[in-house]
Amino acid sequence: MTMPVPTTAESRSKRSAVKTRARDRMREIRKHKHYFLLLAPGIIYFLLFNYWPMLGITIAFKDFRLMDGVLGSPWAGLKWFHLLFQSPDFWVALRNTVIISFYKLIFNFPAPILLALLLNEVYHTGFKRIVQTIVYFPHFVSWVILGGILFSLFSTGSGLLALFGQSVSPLMDPGKFRSMLVLTEMWKEVGWSTIIYLAAISGINPELYDAARMDGANRYHLIRHITLPSIAGTIVILLILRTGHILNVGFDQIFILYNPLVYNVADVLETYVYRVGITMGRYSFATAAGLFQSVVGLLLLLFTNRVAKRFGEQGIW
Amino acid sequence: MIHSFSSKVFNCVNNVFLLLLSAIMMFPLWREISISLSSKEEALRGGLFLWPREFTFSAYRYILGTDYIWAAYGNSIFVTVVGTALALLFTSSTAYPLAKRTLPWKSVFSVIIVFTMIFNGGLIPTYLVMRQLHLINTIWALIALNLISAFNVIIMMNFIRALPEELEESAMMDGANPIRIFFSLILPLCKPVLATLALWIAVGLWNNFYQAFIYLNDKSLTTLPVLLRLIIVGQQQESQLGQASDTATESVIAATILVTLLPILAVYPFLQKYFIKGALLGSVKA
Repeated sequence: MTMPVPTTAESRSKRSAVKTRARDRMREIRKHKHYFLLLAPGIIYFLLFNYWPMLGITIAFKDFRLMDGVLGSPWAGLKWFHLLFQSPDFWVALRNTVIISFYKLIFNFPAPILLALLLNEVYHTGFKRIVQTIVYFPHFVSWVILGGILFSLFSTGSGLLALFGQSVSPLMDPGKFRSMLVLTEMWKEVGWSTIIYLAAISGINPELYDAARMDGANRYHLIRHITLPSIAGTIVILLILRTGHILNVGFDQIFILYNPLVYNVADVLETYVYRVGITMGRYSFATAAGLFQSVVGLLLLLFTNRVAKRFGEQGIW
Repeated sequence: MIHSFSSKVFNCVNNVFLLLLSAIMMFPLWREISISLSSKEEALRGGLFLWPREFTFSAYRYILGTDYIWAAYGNSIFVTVVGTALALLFTSSTAYPLAKRTLPWKSVFSVIIVFTMIFNGGLIPTYLVMRQLHLINTIWALIALNLISAFNVIIMMNFIRALPEELEESAMMDGANPIRIFFSLILPLCKPVLATLALWIAVGLWNNFYQAFIYLNDKSLTTLPVLLRLIIVGQQQESQLGQASDTATESVIAATILVTLLPILAVYPFLQKYFIKGALLGSVKA
């Protein structure tokens, strides 16, 4: 068999087609030049403040010296990771991160669901709105402020400790500190987190309730068999996404509330990286620890997102 | 609707529970207000403070009479106002071109932006970049770090995409270029989403402790959260040493807390609706 040899005319037309396509492309770009002009600052911003730091991650594999800069510092292989995995403090921080996150997940994930269900059962709109206004507010109180309030509230002189027969502030007690983390976060976020569930509940078709009531269903039945299944999709998606963030405990809360008495149970990866990096200036070592956290976090996130998508497509039940 | 006896009991129990919950939620803040309005001696004695004791404004008079609270207030207001305005400008100028379906390399730009949502350089590399940009110990550090977030760009882009295209086309016919259309047509149409984002960004900047603490070490650059932290830590150290000074008594700390919280307390009841809208906007994407 002989291959069809392209004639000169054909190849010429092909070349000119490529040329016209390139010309069309150029025309498209010129036509959009104003849009590019608008977009440029934004893209430059992301390159400068997000991608340039990613380049800096290389110092986790280098002997970073400030004078030599990121590019000039000599490579060090996996030295910092070896040191990191041998450091007991790192393992304590990792362990605390997972434990605290897990506690928060167990208690602070279901709490807003329960609260949303209860709020939904309030028929008096005025009362409901007042309760909502009050329970949403702590979300806007920063941890610094909340820390100040808590130190005063749980100081030995406040009277609150005496009320519960305690003499040591739970914020200074390694046995109670993690519970305090869970409780204070619950105080701050439980109300605010109901918003998404209440929105999901308000999207339920009221005819479902009417039909069930006709069949003699009581309120428990309605909650159990209509409300809960209807928002189950939202719950599962949020649960999965939340699991993806298990390595992020939140720097502010821990940093504000912890103290030398509870370091052992409270130090998490975020505070560890801060202490080692910013306070002690061990940049390469801290970057290695941070990289470990963000890579494991990224893998978790990608995995949980995939699971969430799977559920989102197929429906839950 | 049938109101059975058990249903009424449930209503009752539910309402009492929610009332109690609201009280627990309010109590810490209420107690702080009471302490801030009590005398120094009474505040130091502690207690539940369901009501101010020896009512006085002296703590407020003291804290508002210091220079550092006003310096911190000035810094916080500057960061919040300028930071929010610039963030809105650059978030929308980034979102508008991306909302154009015909934009060449649109998917490349989108990937560049979206990827920052799932991965970042982390604390130390970012710190080093800020050093190289000479932004450490400048108030612009806070503004720069919070200028554009991928998340807000996406929210904004979705909003612009939903706007009717005919408006833009007729403006094009009149010979306006896209930059003019953006400023005179698109931005005014985006007011609802801009208002929601503005609140969100402003609260974030006002409450920003982490970045202010790490990037601003100069005393003249102290923002309110950092100042508050310094005062509280100062008090703890003093109490450990068995000393007490005027700057860090219970009542002065309480007054500082309330002065910091005041702007949010003032706008929250009126703007609650927008805050909630913002929360839902965010969760749709997640």
